[in-house]
Amino acid sequence: MTEALRTPASQQAVQERLPPELLPPGEGFVGILKRDLLLAFRHRGELANPLIFFIMVTALIPIAVGPQKALLSQLAPGMIWVMALLGTLLSSDSLFQSDYADGTLEQLIISPQPLWLLVLAKISAHWLVTGLPITLAAPILGLMLALPEAGYGTLVLGLAMGTATFSLFGAIGAALTVALRKGGVLLSLIVMPLYFPVLIFGSAAVQRVVDGGSAGAPLALLGAVFAFALLLSPFATAASLRAGING
Amino acid sequence: MNIQFGNFQFDSFQFESLAEFFAMGGHATYVWGAYGVALVVMVWLVVRPLLRRASILNELRQNLKKRQHSLYEESREQ
Amino acid sequence: MWRWFHRLGSPRWFYQTSGRWLPWLAVLTLALLVIGTLWGLAFAPEDARQGNSFRIIYIHVPVSFLALAGYYVMAVAGAVNLIWRIKLADMVMTAAAPLGAALTFLALFTGAIWGKPTWGTYWVWDARITSMLVLLFLYLGVVVLRNSFSGRDTAGKACAILALVGTVNIPIIYKSVDWWFTLHQPATIKLSGAPSMHPDMFKPLLVMILAYYCFYALVLILNTRTEILQRERRTGWVNDLAVNKLAVTELVSKEQ
Repeated sequence: MTEALRTPASQQAVQERLPPELLPPGEGFVGILKRDLLLAFRHRGELANPLIFFIMVTALIPIAVGPQKALLSQLAPGMIWVMALLGTLLSSDSLFQSDYADGTLEQLIISPQPLWLLVLAKISAHWLVTGLPITLAAPILGLMLALPEAGYGTLVLGLAMGTATFSLFGAIGAALTVALRKGGVLLSLIVMPLYFPVLIFGSAAVQRVVDGGSAGAPLALLGAVFAFALLLSPFATAASLRAGING
Repeated sequence: MNIQFGNFQFDSFQFESLAEFFAMGGHATYVWGAYGVALVVMVWLVVRPLLRRASILNELRQNLKKRQHSLYEESREQ
Repeated sequence: MWRWFHRLGSPRWFYQTSGRWLPWLAVLTLALLVIGTLWGLAFAPEDARQGNSFRIIYIHVPVSFLALAGYYVMAVAGAVNLIWRIKLADMVMTAAAPLGAALTFLALFTGAIWGKPTWGTYWVWDARITSMLVLLFLYLGVVVLRNSFSGRDTAGKACAILALVGTVNIPIIYKSVDWWFTLHQPATIKLSGAPSMHPDMFKPLLVMILAYYCFYALVLILNTRTEILQRERRTGWVNDLAVNKLAVTELVSKEQ
């Protein structure tokens, strides 16, 4: 925890012996964000798992349906999005698990910092570590699935918003199932309906651009869903954490 | 045929005969299949809580009987 | 005023009051169902295009309505439990979840059977069927989540939050599925829903819709009563209930 408190303001606060309630909330956000990123990089091997899954499973598709370019490029927008969804889903389970196991989660809940802000920090760290790499790796998959050139930009932009939304909704499921053993599959079951709009708008955006149209409408709708998730998820996740742990 | 029911007068029965009613103009499997499954599901939805209620009350009765019996045994020993 | 509200939350009060009205509700439900079914099956005119298979509408449409309305019933019950901690509301929610799932399944099933003679295939990814499928997933999520928790209070709160999150997302999901469908719908075929209906076809539908609302209330109350007995089985009044039955049957057997 101490490595996370190296910003000047918080050091000053600690030096002045301010009680925790008077620490600026931004410090809490940054602190948790840095801590989670640090913990993630300590387990660098596990870090790459969703990304490797993402790439490997996408490689299965040409193997299964055959290498004809025409067929692959038709499937490409939707399949890349589905793979991104699965990759993010795979890692959502671990969002709160390790903190729950060692008791940190309860400390976060009872801390004077607003829980929704701390949760948002954890979700941001999660996205930086899973969603962002998947977004950046998407052009590689576009190449593997013969995605027409026009689609790459929309794919990356859409996935940036989409994976963030997946992380936000996934956090709600992770919070509800944190205290359960074998909560992983249940998590997928719970959040899947919430993922549908993201999938629909995201893949439609790429499809439209590939077909020669403009992706404005679906991207805007995707952005709206992302904004909505950004507003809803921290509070819903915080409430779920409180409910799922103490009851 | 016309069927009258008080002030209501139903439109004529839509089928020439009962056999045709069951045949549903060739769509018998679909119509009766759908209605049949619906009937099964709905009956089960009603019966399941009733059975569960009966078993809960039964279990309570058994426990009370056992307790009464053991109290009786105790009082006999004293 | 709040005493009235909190008395409303007494499981025992609910059990006794509902017990008095239940037979009437059952009779009403059965009557409406029988009238509606016979009317729709035998007396409503046949559809020009679809023939007699359209009669499935008399189950499919009411059940679809109830499936969606039931989700809101479940969510509201959960919210009442979450906000005011009224356990009876949680019992209602526990009863409403599998009921809604069963009705959604029925809606999908009857829809699929109706689709075969109408569109040639059992499953069609049109907007309404896909939305029903999502609704089934939402229900199943709540049912499975409740079963996973060992603590009842925790389960109640977690399921309530899940149901509320689902409620807030339902309009978004439905609209997006609609949008998705118009995007992919082949322009030549118009897979429209219920055709504009002749009043003689519509009247039995109204009866059936009313019948299914009563049926939903009936099953919900039955399940809530059972849930009450299950949860309150250590209390005096429940044990008295069991014993009274025992007393009656013993009296009867002694008389014989």
